Amino acid sequence: MAASERVTVALRTQEDVVSLRHRVREQAVVLRFSLLDQTKIVTAASELARNAVIYGGGGEAIIETSLNNGRDGLTLTVIDHGPGIPNVEDAMRAGFSTGGGLGLGLSGTRRLVDEFELRSEVGQGTSVRIVRWK
Amino acid sequence: MTSTRSVTPVPLVRAKYETVLESWIAEQKRSATARPDLISDSDLARQSSEVLSTLLEGLDSGSLDVSGPAWEHMRAALRGISLSRVRLGFSPSETVLFILSLKEPIFDPLQELDPSNRAEAILELNKLIDRLALVTSEVYQQGREEVILRQQQEMLELSTPVVKLWQGILALPLIGTLDSERTQVVMESLLQAIVDTGSTIAIIDITGVPTVDTKVAQHLIQTVAAARLMGADCMISGIRPQIAQTIIHLGITLPDVVTKATLADAFLVALDRLGQHVVATDPVSAAGR
Amino acid sequence: MDRVPIIKIGKYLLATIQTDVQDNVAVALQEDLAARIIAARARLVLLDISALQIVDSFIGRMIADISGIAKLLDAEVIVVGMQPAVAITLVELGLTLSGVRTALNVESALAMAGIRDQN
Repeated sequence: MAASERVTVALRTQEDVVSLRHRVREQAVVLRFSLLDQTKIVTAASELARNAVIYGGGGEAIIETSLNNGRDGLTLTVIDHGPGIPNVEDAMRAGFSTGGGLGLGLSGTRRLVDEFELRSEVGQGTSVRIVRWK
Repeated sequence: MTSTRSVTPVPLVRAKYETVLESWIAEQKRSATARPDLISDSDLARQSSEVLSTLLEGLDSGSLDVSGPAWEHMRAALRGISLSRVRLGFSPSETVLFILSLKEPIFDPLQELDPSNRAEAILELNKLIDRLALVTSEVYQQGREEVILRQQQEMLELSTPVVKLWQGILALPLIGTLDSERTQVVMESLLQAIVDTGSTIAIIDITGVPTVDTKVAQHLIQTVAAARLMGADCMISGIRPQIAQTIIHLGITLPDVVTKATLADAFLVALDRLGQHVVATDPVSAAGR
Repeated sequence: MDRVPIIKIGKYLLATIQTDVQDNVAVALQEDLAARIIAARARLVLLDISALQIVDSFIGRMIADISGIAKLLDAEVIVVGMQPAVAITLVELGLTLSGVRTALNVESALAMAGIRDQN
């Protein structure tokens, strides 16, 4: 039995960041993630969504869940069409920040998930895809 | 899926229901795989009659598709019996033979049919019972996996005893090799126990842990840090010399982590922080020790 | 915009974050608390986050900032009731909030601060 669901959430404002957190939480509950796993994926979603709203000038998030006999997991893709990240390696380093934050955003987010994939092109935008397996 | 209609003369079998049931039960008891040690005669008779009557009910529908709606009662009955046999300790083959041994007894009433109809009906029942045996075997397998999973979970819980040493002081005595997954489970249950009991001090005692690797050491440190964020202090006691060496060689630092040689030392520090201390009620015998 | 309620109990302030907060609510809390510390001459602020289901790096920084601002205003902040899952996640994110005082619940926060419950 395989079932999957796909939810798209627009990311333009701070309210959208909050509603993405709620949607990700809902899906994690459907997948019967443990409370800790729910917390990790929601926190990761919050970090990425805020980046997209503040630095990427808005974008969208796609939540995909897969329920099957093999492996249950939640995939989140956050896309923006902002300026992009000139040096991805620098951005992934702990302590690096351009937005006056603590510089934990991307490197910290990577530690909360099982898979992390970042694509960015200067002038085109940034897309980050994360997966947390159950 | 097969769409052929059943050719089995159900009324004929039903007329001889008692005979079929009796000879089936007798057959099972005679068999080399009979397990009177695991199942009582009355339970055996009850399960047999349940299967036989449900089988006839399925045949009444005319459908031979055992995965279809007409056979739902049958599948449910087999599931119940299989799972109970998993728990009772029957082997997979003993469980499957229970169904297969129905063949001969149920073929018996068909003797009354003329040869060509008889062959057709026997062939059909033969196939049907094989399919039901397969269903039983699958359910048995699933049941066994569930039992194993549950036991693993129980063992994990058993191996993580968070104990209350004193009002406000918890201890987690860890024994055995810690892998990354077990450490995580242990640490989560410790932090939850801190909240549940309102304890402000927790002692993780690793006297019984032979070695730690980088990941486990990191989990330990993260737990101490997480407990601090929650408002509790975590101490680590019983670090063996080898583990101390490992920690240093791995380049892991334990900043702000209170470590004590023994659980008893850590307990005294904990009491002291709570403004309590242990006094001897009989100074003479205390001095003599 | 919602605001986090701040109540004055005796000599201390209690701010309870009720649910998931939007970033600007958190920023407003910083400003409100600074103003209330001065107005109430409070020396102690309890920031109750037991209802918070996540703390990400932004909220984490807000908590650290509130604590720092309070120190400059001669008050102390105690963060109360962080949930285990939130704490583990925050540590994994790389935030340990060193320098911020924490307590399991309001009762132990008051005990830490040497205040008996004034009922």
